[in-house]
Amino acid sequence: MNAPTTVAALVAKDFKSDYKPVWCPGCGDYSVLSAITKALAMLNLRPENVAVVSGIGCSSRIPAYTTCYGFHGVHGRALPVATGLKAARPDLTVLVASGDGDGYSIGGNHFLHACRRNVDLTYIVMDNHVYGMTKGQPSPTTEPDWSSKLAPGGTGLREFHPLVIALASGANFVARAFSGDPNGCASMIAEAVKHPGFSFIEVLSPCVTFRPEQRAWKDAVHAAPVAATDDPARAARRIMTDDGFNIGVLYKGSRPAYKPGSGRTADESAQAVAALEAGFRLQEE
Amino acid sequence: MDSYADFMARAYAMELEANERYAQFADQLDTHNNREVAQMFRKLSQVEALHAKRILEEMRWPSMPVLPPAYAWETTEGPETAPFDQLHYLMQPFHALEIALKCELQAQKYFEDIAAGKAPPAVRKAATEMADEEREHVRLIRDWMKRVPQPKPGWDEDPDPPSVTE
Amino acid sequence: MDAKPSVSVALAGSGGAGVMTAGNMLLEAAAHAGYYGLMTRTSGPQIRGGEAAAMLRLSTFPGDGQDDRFHVLAAIDWQNVARFAAELPLGPESVILGDPAQGQPPEVFTRSGARYVPVPLKAVAGEIAGAWPNMVALGVLAGLIGLPAASLDAAARKAMKKGLEAGIAAAQRGYALAKDLPAFPLAPPPAKAKRWLITGNEAAGYGALRGGVRFVAAYPITPATELLEYLSPALAKVGGTLVQAEDELASINMALGASFGGVPSLTATSGPGLSLMVESLGLGVAAEIPVVVVDVMRTGPSTGIATKSEQADLGTALYGLHGDAPHVVIAPNSLEDCLAATEWAVGLAESLQVPAIVLSDQYLGQARAVVDVPARGNGIVERLRVPGGEANKPAGEAAKTAGELYQRYTLTPSGVSPMAVPGIAGAAYTADGLEHNERGTPSSQSSDHLAQMDKRARKLAQLDPGEAWASVEGDGDTALVTFGSCTGPAREALERARAAGAKVRLVSLRLLAPAQPQRLAHALEGVQRVLVLEQNHSGQFLRYLRAEYDLPGEVKSLRRPGPLPFRPAEIHAALTQWRAA
Repeated sequence: MNAPTTVAALVAKDFKSDYKPVWCPGCGDYSVLSAITKALAMLNLRPENVAVVSGIGCSSRIPAYTTCYGFHGVHGRALPVATGLKAARPDLTVLVASGDGDGYSIGGNHFLHACRRNVDLTYIVMDNHVYGMTKGQPSPTTEPDWSSKLAPGGTGLREFHPLVIALASGANFVARAFSGDPNGCASMIAEAVKHPGFSFIEVLSPCVTFRPEQRAWKDAVHAAPVAATDDPARAARRIMTDDGFNIGVLYKGSRPAYKPGSGRTADESAQAVAALEAGFRLQEE
Repeated sequence: MDSYADFMARAYAMELEANERYAQFADQLDTHNNREVAQMFRKLSQVEALHAKRILEEMRWPSMPVLPPAYAWETTEGPETAPFDQLHYLMQPFHALEIALKCELQAQKYFEDIAAGKAPPAVRKAATEMADEEREHVRLIRDWMKRVPQPKPGWDEDPDPPSVTE
Repeated sequence: MDAKPSVSVALAGSGGAGVMTAGNMLLEAAAHAGYYGLMTRTSGPQIRGGEAAAMLRLSTFPGDGQDDRFHVLAAIDWQNVARFAAELPLGPESVILGDPAQGQPPEVFTRSGARYVPVPLKAVAGEIAGAWPNMVALGVLAGLIGLPAASLDAAARKAMKKGLEAGIAAAQRGYALAKDLPAFPLAPPPAKAKRWLITGNEAAGYGALRGGVRFVAAYPITPATELLEYLSPALAKVGGTLVQAEDELASINMALGASFGGVPSLTATSGPGLSLMVESLGLGVAAEIPVVVVDVMRTGPSTGIATKSEQADLGTALYGLHGDAPHVVIAPNSLEDCLAATEWAVGLAESLQVPAIVLSDQYLGQARAVVDVPARGNGIVERLRVPGGEANKPAGEAAKTAGELYQRYTLTPSGVSPMAVPGIAGAAYTADGLEHNERGTPSSQSSDHLAQMDKRARKLAQLDPGEAWASVEGDGDTALVTFGSCTGPAREALERARAAGAKVRLVSLRLLAPAQPQRLAHALEGVQRVLVLEQNHSGQFLRYLRAEYDLPGEVKSLRRPGPLPFRPAEIHAALTQWRAA
């Protein structure tokens, strides 16, 4: 009996490095890593043509756990690194990994502008409503009444709504995923990578150590009741009124991706540099 | 379920995914210095590998069949795949077996449903056999569970607070 | 009046008087006539309509700083021009030209002893339909310094779009008026040669392109914005890319990302922006990613005086990165040196895989000058790369068949390890700000930290900059040690000293980090007096010298914070007094 075959391709395992992650057992990020590797295999990419860029935090550890090129930068600045990389190397597939603290707090400004700029990137934020790496402080998506050492009794602040912000800022693809469904996540990531422009996936990814109550998320999540819309206003209404556990691709827009720059060969480039001198030369009599 | 080969490929995928998942669990618990449970998951992983190998041999497939990377199981993942959120760094061997038991029961049900369904006879026959096997695994695990100590209350207490690494 | 090798004139006015336009035309006219020239400017805080002054020095020799005084101060009107008094020093031999319809010149100018000569600019302009007083003033100044009428004409034709005929007529009228005014004729121009008209910011931008920069991230900040604006269309012509960032944190990180991708990258900023960037510069050091930041220094601290120069970011550039983060700091020491210095910085950043900061300043950056064609530099210096070509091998197999994973940070004698760039199979690694081992895996081991610290320090310690490390000129037992824009007036001061028979040396450091103590010791052999010259309040350069070098003999500090530039006379006086003491 012949084995079922498809075109010989890499499998998810080929995208997973030999490094054993140090995330707590039970962490949602393990699923996200699995989902990313599956998605990259589904897309028939090669690890050397993929770059995973991250900031600082538990989720930002992800690049070295893949066999892709990785960039583990400073806190909050993954999006600009990825933007510069993609602008200089449009041939690469660039994924950006972050968490709710890294991405929405210190990285907040870059988030707005990355959505607005609409460079072809896929931004995966593992949201666990807490700063995990620094032992449990509230993040912008933490509930106002969650008590912590830094804010006993809760911050009293309304949570940041990243999907609404992303949509309003111009992201071309807005989705919410749940780490409890790695295969669903994988499909969404693959779809996001394929979709041109800035694709944003917020992954609800529980923190077993500092937010053990988030184990209940698997009962709260549900598939989004309608398919993704390409109408920003409709998407905005839906996202602003959803319960935060609506899983699925919620918006798929059609803004063209931002593609700065024009390519030239190295020789053409060198000649062109010399030609620029004309701008400074004084006319001779 | 379209064909016997299709069914066997799925069964293979199930075993393989379970094998990989248990191996990842073993790695996680090794990293977190829970040797005893890490070894259990390592063993469970090897058992699944054997099941997978048997399917390969039976089907005489020269190598691993190339599978679609994300099968659309009816459950979020393969029936025999334990979800990532089941672990705790201080978990006891009994907990590991509880996880394995749940997986085997799910696998058993998966095959039973196919056996009782509308698939071609060859498939239903194979599904029945596999369901029987899973039932046997369930029995083995339950036996194993009797031989490991029940976790005491406070098994998850750690006097040390979490540490910061970055 | 005898012909002079150098004449300095200033044109002032306010609110739409077109002072800058006229000043630029005068510079172009002088350039057309074969002279060297330097124009700087000053203005009030208003965006439009404010008071402004164009300051020009026209000469038969290339000069890199202003003279001690202005021979002529011409004003279209006097509104708020008094605020520039400190920047427009006059003397008894100077002449103030003003429109009598605008009233008397402020006392702050006349107290210098300069002679006031009324010139009815507005009335004269009124006689020609559509003419403006600034064109009359332009003509007057051109006539006073004896520029050929044809050069005046050529400059006006080049610059003017609207009202060309009226403008030319006005300029010619002014030119004719000059015959009856005190003259400050320039000596005949030097021999014809190829020259450029360029600003320091443009020179730095062009130097970056010559050095191979093809990605620039830009966030506007005075006085660096023009460098970025020059690069935007220029990069497009050479196949490069410029992305405007949302802030300086984004711009430095964009540049690091592009460089990680293999493309030489740059951004430009000023003090406040550099402060924002230091964390990520440290990332560049730790992850060994080449990047160049041009800091066009302005008066600080904090927001300071955005439109004025100072040399007070030295501390930040050298020591602002947390942790021990050795990197390159280069200071161009003339307007045209902005080109070579930036080109060199790119080459060093790429070859040493490290961030390089170029300390330019507002004075160099925004001044516009006629310069001799700059000498060619080293051109593009490629970084040490892992060779490509393994593209068809399955993932990781190339590395695995080699028996080991690619060691991005392998310990080499030079400290420089080959850098893989995304796209090359079998050499994927994760660049990390975390301390790491040779593979690049995060490590908290003391042995790894020490080994990598040694590696990163060794990279720089082994650099041999050659003669480029400083400009060393002259001889004698008195030395003037400085850097950056102070070099121009320092050179002129030393020429005067030598003309008076003194033997004096100039050492203007271009490579500030890594420090070159042996080279300075050699340059200062036999020196008994060292005058350290810098434009900041606390003596940052003096402290740097004391920290990194042995200074022989007696050391004195001549320093002043911005905004006023040093003038040759005051440097010369300081030297003379000291040697006499």
